[in-house]
Amino acid sequence: MIRARVMISGDPVSMSLGADEIKLAIEAELAFYGLEDEVQVGFVGQLGRLDVLPAVVVYPEGTLYGPLRLEDVPHLVEEHLYKGRIAESLLAPPNVLSGVIARLPAREGLLRGQERVVLRRAGIIEPTDIEEYIAYDGYFALGKALSEMSPAEVLQTIKDSKLQGRGGAGFPTGLKWSFVAGQQADKKYIVCNADESEPGTFKDRLILEGDPHAVLEGMALAGYAVGADEGWIYVRGEYALAKERLLTAIQQAEAMGLLGDNIMDSGFSFHIHLHSGAGAYVCGEETALLESLEGKRGIPRVRPPYPTVVGFRGQPTVINNVETLANVAPIILRSAAWFKSLGTERSPGTKVYTMLGDVNITGLIEVPMGITLREVIAAYGGGMRDDVPFKCAQTGGSAGSIIAPELLDVPMDYATMREHGASLGSGALLICNVNKCIVDIAYVVMRFFETESCGKCTPCRIGTLRMSELLNRLRHGQASLEDVSMLEEMAQAVAKTSFCGLGQGAPVSILTALRSFREEFEAHAQGSCPTGVCPMKTEPPEVIVRRGYL
Amino acid sequence: MKSLAELQKIKERALQRKRLGGQNARARIIVGMGTCGIAAGARDTMTAILKELEQRHIEDVIVTQTGCIGLCEYEPIVQVQVGSEELVTYGKIDTARVPELITKHIQGGEPVAEWIVK
Ligand SMILES: Cc1cc2nc3c(=O)[nH]c(=O)nc-3n(C[C@H](O)[C@H](O)[C@H](O)COP(=O)(O)O)c2cc1C
Ligand code: SF4
Repeated sequence: MIRARVMISGDPVSMSLGADEIKLAIEAELAFYGLEDEVQVGFVGQLGRLDVLPAVVVYPEGTLYGPLRLEDVPHLVEEHLYKGRIAESLLAPPNVLSGVIARLPAREGLLRGQERVVLRRAGIIEPTDIEEYIAYDGYFALGKALSEMSPAEVLQTIKDSKLQGRGGAGFPTGLKWSFVAGQQADKKYIVCNADESEPGTFKDRLILEGDPHAVLEGMALAGYAVGADEGWIYVRGEYALAKERLLTAIQQAEAMGLLGDNIMDSGFSFHIHLHSGAGAYVCGEETALLESLEGKRGIPRVRPPYPTVVGFRGQPTVINNVETLANVAPIILRSAAWFKSLGTERSPGTKVYTMLGDVNITGLIEVPMGITLREVIAAYGGGMRDDVPFKCAQTGGSAGSIIAPELLDVPMDYATMREHGASLGSGALLICNVNKCIVDIAYVVMRFFETESCGKCTPCRIGTLRMSELLNRLRHGQASLEDVSMLEEMAQAVAKTSFCGLGQGAPVSILTALRSFREEFEAHAQGSCPTGVCPMKTEPPEVIVRRGYL
Repeated sequence: MKSLAELQKIKERALQRKRLGGQNARARIIVGMGTCGIAAGARDTMTAILKELEQRHIEDVIVTQTGCIGLCEYEPIVQVQVGSEELVTYGKIDTARVPELITKHIQGGEPVAEWIVK
């Protein structure tokens, strides 16, 4: 009989840090004590604690150990599994509030403000075993929909839930689906956007690696609601493990008859295919994605017609982000009203963020919509690293806004952020302290866009290049005050005239940074970098000291 | 897969397999495995408990271990908790006592009074 399970973090980072050898070593130690029949060893997806990889969780206690070295294994096995005591010296630093700790069900509820929807199973189940997904209510939403609900009812439930797309723009998912449902066509498609190339964003990867079936089930439900029988997942090329887990998941679901023809004898069929991207940021834009999916060069299409009318292979197509789709099954299973009880009135539900930068704890969190940045930093980030004050944050990756301290207490949801001239974006929270230079940040961001611009339209192709040149001159103290004004004008022009979201989003960081940190840009034009980060030619004549934030 | 009922069966099977989740457990058995416990034969007791549960197909009981609880002269110590009832601490549970303990307390729901450490 199995009395304990040892789950080793099996994400790519842990693998590169020798998680494989740790597994072998644990197995060898268990054999030494004759425990191999009572202790099960396996890999699990992301545990959420990026700071302690490679990590090991021992159930049923749910004890988290890490970062673990090979030489720690004998002590761990002897203490915890043989003698049954917690191996104190190897424990991961306590971090109950980070919300990213591996948990077992008995511990649920301890994590404040953490009703998990999307990451409910990640870190608990073995993602390569469909039965573990089923054990946690997996495929019950699909079963319920197929046996008790009409497609229209499924659609209405998603509409009622007010679920918004988690890919960045926050478009109402139910509305998007209804556009496709309303189309007369012999063939419709569901496309899952798993391109996730936004720098600093890796939530979709962790969802796919930790709970791949959740996305498959969401796609099948979308297919049922809009009348599509085929789904495609467009996965970022670098996501090798996610692809492997998805393939396994698809095969297992088909073998069990939970995907494929005539699912649960309902007459509804749904097939899912996987397509690997090749590393272009623009292919995350939905129409470029479709081009790429069709085997062409990934450049955006004219919109309208929108993909909901003319999408993949010219047919009506729903394109949704991974996290959006992962929200679908829980809503169908539990109810729209339950979903609306989470988050804010205008943006219900939770949001998965990746937090990085100058905080004590970086990693993955799932928090209710409407939480403030200040709370996130204090409660989940463990405060600013070394207590260096907060300067700004960039939400939503490179295309995201620069959030100044004034916005620290603004509830983070799509609508409220928009009212404050900022965007929530895809879910990366890059936290910067006062030692970071705003011009330097803007330059790094613009370099990214300059590289990733697909070149189809002039404002973006030339504009990103000129803006990054200008920012570089500013970094070197070789730009004037007029240049700063020109930068602003250029940013506005590129935002307004670019063909697709890439060019429209590229200047966002500059425009939002100028709003709160204009004097810092101007200081560079006058020859000084207040933080001393930039390679200025001349010595700063005067140092501007910023303090008192957060 | 033909129906929700079939899915439900798989769920139950998987949950049983995953019974270590904790919440679904009906009872828990904790074996004291400090150095003193191990010296007194707690390992054998643990093995016997696991074997007994398996043979009787009892799937909803968690078996965990703990360190020394400070009652060394009573080792091997086994604690049993059924549902939300109070934790019962037994002393000197050697392999011979295991079957009876499981029959009476886990299956029958009645603690074995004479072995309880007071
Ligand atoms: C340059 C660019 C990159 C994008 N990258 C992604 C991405 O990696 N993943 C994603 O889900 N959406 C991305 N989007 C947004 C998609 O175009 C689309 O809005 C989204 O997939 C819709 O899904 P949702 O309604 O579920 O949010 C990107 C948009 C632009 C303009
Ligand atoms: S805005 Fe940029 S990425 Fe988009 S079409 Fe134009 S050049 Fe290409």
